[in-house]
Amino acid sequence: MNTTPSAIDIRDLTHRYGLRVALADLTLQIEPGEMFAILGPNGCGKTTLFRLLSTLMRLQSGSVYVLGKQLPQQSDEVRRRIGVVFQSPSLDRKLTVGENLRFQAALYGIRGRALVQRQQELLDHLGLADRIHERTEHLSGGLRRRVELAKGMLHRPSLLLLDEPSTGLDPGARTDLWRYLEWLRDEHQVTVVLTTHLLDEAERADRIAIFSQGRLVALDHPEALKASIGGDSITIRGQDPATLRQAIADRFQVTAKVIDGHVRFEHPDGAQILARVMEAFSDRIQSITLGRPSLEDVFIDKTGHRFWSHGEDDAAT
Amino acid sequence: MMQRPEDTIPDRGESHGWTTACPWRASITLAWREILRFLRQGSRVVGAIGQPVIFWIFFSAGFDRNFRLEAGSEGQGASFAEYYFPGTLVLILLFTAIFSTISLIEDRREGFLQSVLVAPLPRWSMVLGKIAGGAVLAVIQGGLFLLLALTLPVEFTFWKLMQIAALMLLASLGLTSLGFAIAWRMESTQGFHAIMTVFLMPLWLLSGAFFPVPSLSADSTWLQIGLYGIMQVNPLTYTVAGMHQLLYDGPLSSALDLPPMVFCWLVTIVATVLMFSIACWTATGSSRAGP
Repeated sequence: MNTTPSAIDIRDLTHRYGLRVALADLTLQIEPGEMFAILGPNGCGKTTLFRLLSTLMRLQSGSVYVLGKQLPQQSDEVRRRIGVVFQSPSLDRKLTVGENLRFQAALYGIRGRALVQRQQELLDHLGLADRIHERTEHLSGGLRRRVELAKGMLHRPSLLLLDEPSTGLDPGARTDLWRYLEWLRDEHQVTVVLTTHLLDEAERADRIAIFSQGRLVALDHPEALKASIGGDSITIRGQDPATLRQAIADRFQVTAKVIDGHVRFEHPDGAQILARVMEAFSDRIQSITLGRPSLEDVFIDKTGHRFWSHGEDDAAT
Repeated sequence: MMQRPEDTIPDRGESHGWTTACPWRASITLAWREILRFLRQGSRVVGAIGQPVIFWIFFSAGFDRNFRLEAGSEGQGASFAEYYFPGTLVLILLFTAIFSTISLIEDRREGFLQSVLVAPLPRWSMVLGKIAGGAVLAVIQGGLFLLLALTLPVEFTFWKLMQIAALMLLASLGLTSLGFAIAWRMESTQGFHAIMTVFLMPLWLLSGAFFPVPSLSADSTWLQIGLYGIMQVNPLTYTVAGMHQLLYDGPLSSALDLPPMVFCWLVTIVATVLMFSIACWTATGSSRAGP
């Protein structure tokens, strides 16, 4: 019996745009206080999931509970408890930082002393205190994202949903963003759920759900996912990859695949097998790469194609 | 058996200080945002007032010789400038309504309105805020244009000005609601421009704003009969007619054979309430915020 309360509890969720299936039969639980990344290339269904969870779109089938409240029946209860940070800016560029926050506060009924106090806290913590009277159109991308975060956190939600939060940010601003999200999780036990198409970013999360073409293909801690690969990955470029794959598989008893014209397989001792492959097939190999298992390897392993491939891009939402 | 999630999550609303927004207060805030944005974009003032004023000046000068409206027994004719003035006023209201609702198309998908849509507020509160903001702006701009009436033989009294302001506000609310209902369904601003050309401009053109409702006679063509029919059922006809009567309570109004003032108020009020309801229904009933 599962008695752990989930921050998000999704069961049998399917969503379609016309004939195209954006999310297929998704069941997923996200625990309170965890940093959860929804990873996948464009068009994998993660934005659809974000829009459903943030109550922007109606559920078509399946059941979704957010912080114990059911969608769509208890949408208002959900809205009160979640903070949402959109991929495209939701700031009014003609308004100042302070005005943007005050207008956001009005939507949640925060006013008077509570507003002043929360605004001050957030601006101080996000390093925006001296920008309060500046119009957001004059701020850099990184600062604007901080104002977005302040907007999303103004009503002190227990769950923060972010859609591609580091898009358009330079590396410094990205680090700041993650530091802030980690602080929210550690100090305020806020559940942070974010979508991303950046593999290295997802690695910072506590758990990752990998999506491909509307399906959940893997779900675990980043280290566990990488460990599931079964060792180092070896990628070989050579003539006639299909024959080469067969020859390598037969000779070394490994499960090799041809992906995008490259022969690829995993092995617990990459360095040793690399030398043996080179020795055996040096005349047929143009290049050979040894890599520690990465999330991309996990993605390839689960889907049989590379992270950025045609199938996903075509279906971009 | 699996426990239902709602049974296991304690509601920590109190400790988090979750509050409920007053929908009316949120509407006022959203309306204020419209006004603040407008004041910070000077080009919008020019767009909404400039073109109608230029039209009024040019058409008045150009049509002056060809347009004659005999004003009954007193024998005084009305100039086109006088005739066209109320129509221009309504055009300014229409343009302001269009400018303030066209921004919805992008704002809703990738702007400020995204955060309004996920806020715990009834949808009508957002609709009212947006529409009231647009309507107040329209009335202010209409009021500015009204200053030009000082060049015409119009006598203003306080009571008359109040009535004109009320009619402008009602018409603006109705037109902004109409703009809202159209913009909410639109995928692109280009689409809105198309609707503006084939629907909103003819709506204004066939309201008696630019030429009087033709009177029918035995030799009227089918086209004239059709035009007459459309103008009779166009609610904006009654707003323009009301504006004519409020501005010129003398001979010009009687020469135009306008519907009674009470009827003008009634049609404008009903049309506005209807348009606002349609706008609310459009924004509530659809889940088109998705990709």
